[in-house]
Amino acid sequence: MRTEEMILNMGPQHPSTHGVFRVILRIDGEIIREAKPVIGYLHRGTEKLAENLTYTQIIPYTDRMDYLSAMINNYAVVHAVEKLMGLEIPERAEYLRVIVMELNRIASHQVWFGTYLLDIGAMSPFLYAFRDREKIIELFNELCGARLTYNYMRVGGLKWDATKEWLDKVRDLIAYLRKQHKEYYDLIDNEIFRSRTKGIGRYDKETALSFGLSGPCLRSAGVPYDLRKDRPYSIYDRFDFEVVTRDEGDCYARFEVRMEEILQSINIIEQALDNIPDGPIMAKVPRIIRPPEGEVYVPVENPRGELGVHIVSKGKDTPWRIHWRRPSFNNLQILPHLLEGENVANLVAILGAIDIVLGDVDA
Amino acid sequence: MDPLKFLGPVIVLAGILGFVTYAILFERKILGWMQSRPGPNQLGPWGMLQTVADVLKLWMKEDTIPNNADRPLFKMAPVIAFVPSFAVIAVIPFSPSIVFADLGVGLLYFIAISGITTIGILVGGWASNNKYALIGSMRSVAQMISYEIPLVLSIVGVILAVGSLNMSDIVLKQEKMWFIVPQFLGFVVFFIAMLAELARTPFDLPEAESELVAGYFVEYSGFRFAFFMLAEYVYVFAMSALTTILFLGGWNPLFGLTFIPPIIWFLLKVFFLVFVIIWLRGSLPRVRLDQLMQMGWKVLLPLSLVNIFLSALLKEVPFIQAFF
Repeated sequence: MRTEEMILNMGPQHPSTHGVFRVILRIDGEIIREAKPVIGYLHRGTEKLAENLTYTQIIPYTDRMDYLSAMINNYAVVHAVEKLMGLEIPERAEYLRVIVMELNRIASHQVWFGTYLLDIGAMSPFLYAFRDREKIIELFNELCGARLTYNYMRVGGLKWDATKEWLDKVRDLIAYLRKQHKEYYDLIDNEIFRSRTKGIGRYDKETALSFGLSGPCLRSAGVPYDLRKDRPYSIYDRFDFEVVTRDEGDCYARFEVRMEEILQSINIIEQALDNIPDGPIMAKVPRIIRPPEGEVYVPVENPRGELGVHIVSKGKDTPWRIHWRRPSFNNLQILPHLLEGENVANLVAILGAIDIVLGDVDA
Repeated sequence: MDPLKFLGPVIVLAGILGFVTYAILFERKILGWMQSRPGPNQLGPWGMLQTVADVLKLWMKEDTIPNNADRPLFKMAPVIAFVPSFAVIAVIPFSPSIVFADLGVGLLYFIAISGITTIGILVGGWASNNKYALIGSMRSVAQMISYEIPLVLSIVGVILAVGSLNMSDIVLKQEKMWFIVPQFLGFVVFFIAMLAELARTPFDLPEAESELVAGYFVEYSGFRFAFFMLAEYVYVFAMSALTTILFLGGWNPLFGLTFIPPIIWFLLKVFFLVFVIIWLRGSLPRVRLDQLMQMGWKVLLPLSLVNIFLSALLKEVPFIQAFF
């Protein structure tokens, strides 16, 4: 029988592309022969805009890049400027930064597993994940007055101090999340889920490295690369935590890595809460921030991978050039390679497991 | 003319529509509770008018037909899908006295008529002239044809035991013991195949929203869409009723509680099965098409053949043959 290939345009409005992402598929029945991702629907020109903004004004723009980990984005740009200026950050500010960044990482991973299970066809885990994420968001709201776009960090420290009650609430929440973690596995880890994810979207160490993957996507292939351990920034060198890796490199491994990272983040927050000192939350920073001439590249570990900020300063109050290495964008590059020869149902499983945020892909 | 013969079908029709209305609410409520949220609770007490409002909304919607669609087929498809779902209700014995068509080949009629819905789905997907709809309808036809075979073969054990295709005879035979005990293997195969026939989670591939947006009815709106949904829920009822008749003893009471009328017993069992189907939707992800096909042809089909063989064999063994 003569069969014909057909072109299926998936997106930019499609429930499983997590935003305005489009894939042009050449399919034979349900088998994908070629996949061509099309991005740019959410391009806002942040890098160019930032060239005309003072450093403090750039911070709210970073909230809107990877809107699931805004705290870490805030930190990346603030940290780059601090490094350029050689600022000394107060202890309390550093501890608070670590607490909010790790809480944000947990929230991001919760969104991931909820939406991933929704992609695969189970609807309940999504609501459980969002119920618990809501508790984290509420705490952020209490701390800095915003649920997603925090604009919390400043060059030299933080905008708002945390009260003792807030820290106690975090402690309660951590105990609760630790308890919930088992429930997540009960909800998700069944035979159908395993058969949908095990051995799907598999790649080995070399492929992962050659595509420049980072974060859980890289660690699931067995490369223990975590910037919090390998190039410690802030005060991460003081905490005791493990870099979670798996060797399989398939979607199930990526699921396990992210779930275990939630536990590691909980460990870090617990240690930070035990040791947080009193004191100021802002360093002595001049009113107008003018970093000296020079350039700096600062990588930090985002829930999705290596988020890098490259700033070139000419000694003005605005950057001469600023560039972000966005982990979602880099991780997405492996998609066409993984999709060839898969069927349409696996497309959703593979794309979901990469964990992209479209605001981060397009900046 | 006997008034019951005349009014009965009308009452059942209204009853089924009422069932569908509240089955949808029931499903949303149960899913809500399973997912730590309240479910619909705004319209009417306890959200009782939610489905009514939904139907009104669908009714008032503009009836859109895509430009390149095959118009006559596009209009016909919901009807083809929907009519058989009501037609099968005719042979279901609700209680010893409430049977509308006491056909000698009731079971065969049920299976044969319900197969027609597949054509409606295929026609709907084809006539929409939409790629997602086409893939959705292809999936659903592949799935329904593959699962019809284990579905039919798994009830051969029951037919062997009863020696009749008449639904009332099947129920009467289960007075001492329900067929779920001696035909347990048959029941398991039947239940899985039934879920696949109904395209319910974990086998809801034809309408896999995360992959195919909505599947075969992606281009349908308004009342045509409502017809597809109606057919789906009437089938949930009809298939639950069939399972009850074949394996759960129909209207036969449990624990000798004969003071409860047979129809209540029948409906209780049906609602329990409906609940189980909703429960599965709340807890399982979706399987993949190739896995589904493999399970149908490599697992369920051999199992149902084994079941036929065992049933035929055990029917000849003294002492236990009374159960078969």
